[in-house]
Amino acid sequence: MKQIFTSLGLILCLLCSPAFSQGDFADVEVRILPVRDNIFMLVGAGGNITVQTGDQGILIVDTQFAGMSDKILAALAELSDAPLRYIINTHFHGDHVGGNVPLARAGSRISGGNMRRDVTGDTASVIAHESVLLRITTSNENLMDPDGWPTSSYFAGKKDIYFNGEGIRIMHQPRAHTDGDSIVYFRRSDVIAVGDVYRTDAYPFIDTSAGGSIQGLLDAAQSIIDEIIPVYGQDGGTLVIPGHGRLSNLGDVLNWREMLTLIRDRVQAMKDQGMTLQEVIAARPSRDFDPRYGDSERFLTAVYETL
Amino acid sequence: MYKLASCIVFLCSALTSASAMAQANLSGIWLANYTEDLADRRPGPALGDYGGLPLNEANLLRARSWNASLLGLPEYQCRVHPSDYANSHNNIRIWEERNPDTLELIAIHTQHFTWQTHRVIWMDGRDHPPPYAEHTSMGFSTGEWVGHQLKIKTTHLKEGWLRRNGVARSDQATVTEYFIRHGDSLNWTVIVNDPVYLEEPFIRNRDYFYSTDTQPVTYPCESVVEIVHEPGYVPHYLMGNNPDLFEFADTYDIPYEATLGGAHTMYPEYRAIARELPRPSEMQD
Repeated sequence: MKQIFTSLGLILCLLCSPAFSQGDFADVEVRILPVRDNIFMLVGAGGNITVQTGDQGILIVDTQFAGMSDKILAALAELSDAPLRYIINTHFHGDHVGGNVPLARAGSRISGGNMRRDVTGDTASVIAHESVLLRITTSNENLMDPDGWPTSSYFAGKKDIYFNGEGIRIMHQPRAHTDGDSIVYFRRSDVIAVGDVYRTDAYPFIDTSAGGSIQGLLDAAQSIIDEIIPVYGQDGGTLVIPGHGRLSNLGDVLNWREMLTLIRDRVQAMKDQGMTLQEVIAARPSRDFDPRYGDSERFLTAVYETL
Repeated sequence: MYKLASCIVFLCSALTSASAMAQANLSGIWLANYTEDLADRRPGPALGDYGGLPLNEANLLRARSWNASLLGLPEYQCRVHPSDYANSHNNIRIWEERNPDTLELIAIHTQHFTWQTHRVIWMDGRDHPPPYAEHTSMGFSTGEWVGHQLKIKTTHLKEGWLRRNGVARSDQATVTEYFIRHGDSLNWTVIVNDPVYLEEPFIRNRDYFYSTDTQPVTYPCESVVEIVHEPGYVPHYLMGNNPDLFEFADTYDIPYEATLGGAHTMYPEYRAIARELPRPSEMQD
């Protein structure tokens, strides 16, 4: 059993490493889920991609792996014949930025008319929190070709752009999944792309080596909830595109927050009693959520270490 | 020749009619028949009452951690009961959606008087959405006729309550339902398969009777802040700290162990086992 966990851990590490940008994705299809109006969700390998289309061009949130790029470009071509103008990265992990280089190169930024090629180069603009820029430009492990680097980073709480007739607010979520997470709110479409601060398919991966923490993850969940206005009850209205998993609404994010809160509080109580990490794991404080989210050891370890 | 054609027309007509006759007309307003279990359906189950439910260990902990104060949070005040539970509470309205030209049945709609939740049961043979599509409280339902019975398959449910005392039903559940009309009576049977939170399928059964004069009512719900809390506050009980779990057993003098649920508590033979368990009145002193 320990060997299985070790193997799973290795696979997860590889998936989360920017260096793992090339792989065999021959059998992976990119599927398009219409979300609302001109917003779409692309599902393939790696993190979900959010697509906004319009007269000014295409904007995407995250790029999956480099090896998926041809298929992603083909999917974008199905949605619009306009150029790819913007890439927004929610964080620096390879399953979300791995396709930055080929996709940025396939795009074309909005700039000063016929000066564009000479002055700015002919790539799409890449926007991310400055932590993402730092991690993919200064770490030997995560080094990326400059064509995929963020061309526009931000360090304050938020960054706004207006594109395709829509205000788009990019909001930093400090110390959550990593230290450079952004959530992207399409205000007219009423859709939020949130990266890996929220997912539906597994427990969160809190990257403690990159500044992630359980409290930051809870704060990020609350930030998302604060932006959501449902149609009625906990359904409809503002829709949430998770980093991994299915399209969501208020009720889903509330359940996520409930899970995070219960486990945080239980681990905190055990830690206050002087229990070691191994004792906490052995006490199974997440056993009411394990059948839903899977193995919890890595998550519990991160919770314990960041409380 | 004329006689032969007439016979063919008659035969076709009869066959078509027979096919249509095999489908029940469910349209109308159906009033909940509360005589069977009023206390459970309207006020709701008691805290700590999980007996007869096929809960697994995970769901039992989930339920025992649940704090009813959660319902006071604005984001929970208008939370609806999911489609596999909503029918249980109140009256329902049912109507058909048909192609205006061919009169083929496209969908059957239901609306629950409580919460005013609207549900569509697609009857046109369409596929269920992919797993990465949105999940909702009503889920995605398709129906088919099995004789006079309407059989419904529902997927894409997001997490909801199996019962509103904190017992959860996961978003991995699939639900099979039957609407069966007997004259002016309607029976609704729901079978919940939940690989996350149930040891065995959970079956719920409710009865309704046809109303000739009831009108649908609205159910507006608007959230308000009732108590100011810190952002992100989620009331719950830590493991072993819920003070309400014994109230049900104490009130009815039922062995505490029998209130904990599990598939074994659903079956008649468990009565003999429960009789041998100590009752709260016997445990005092």
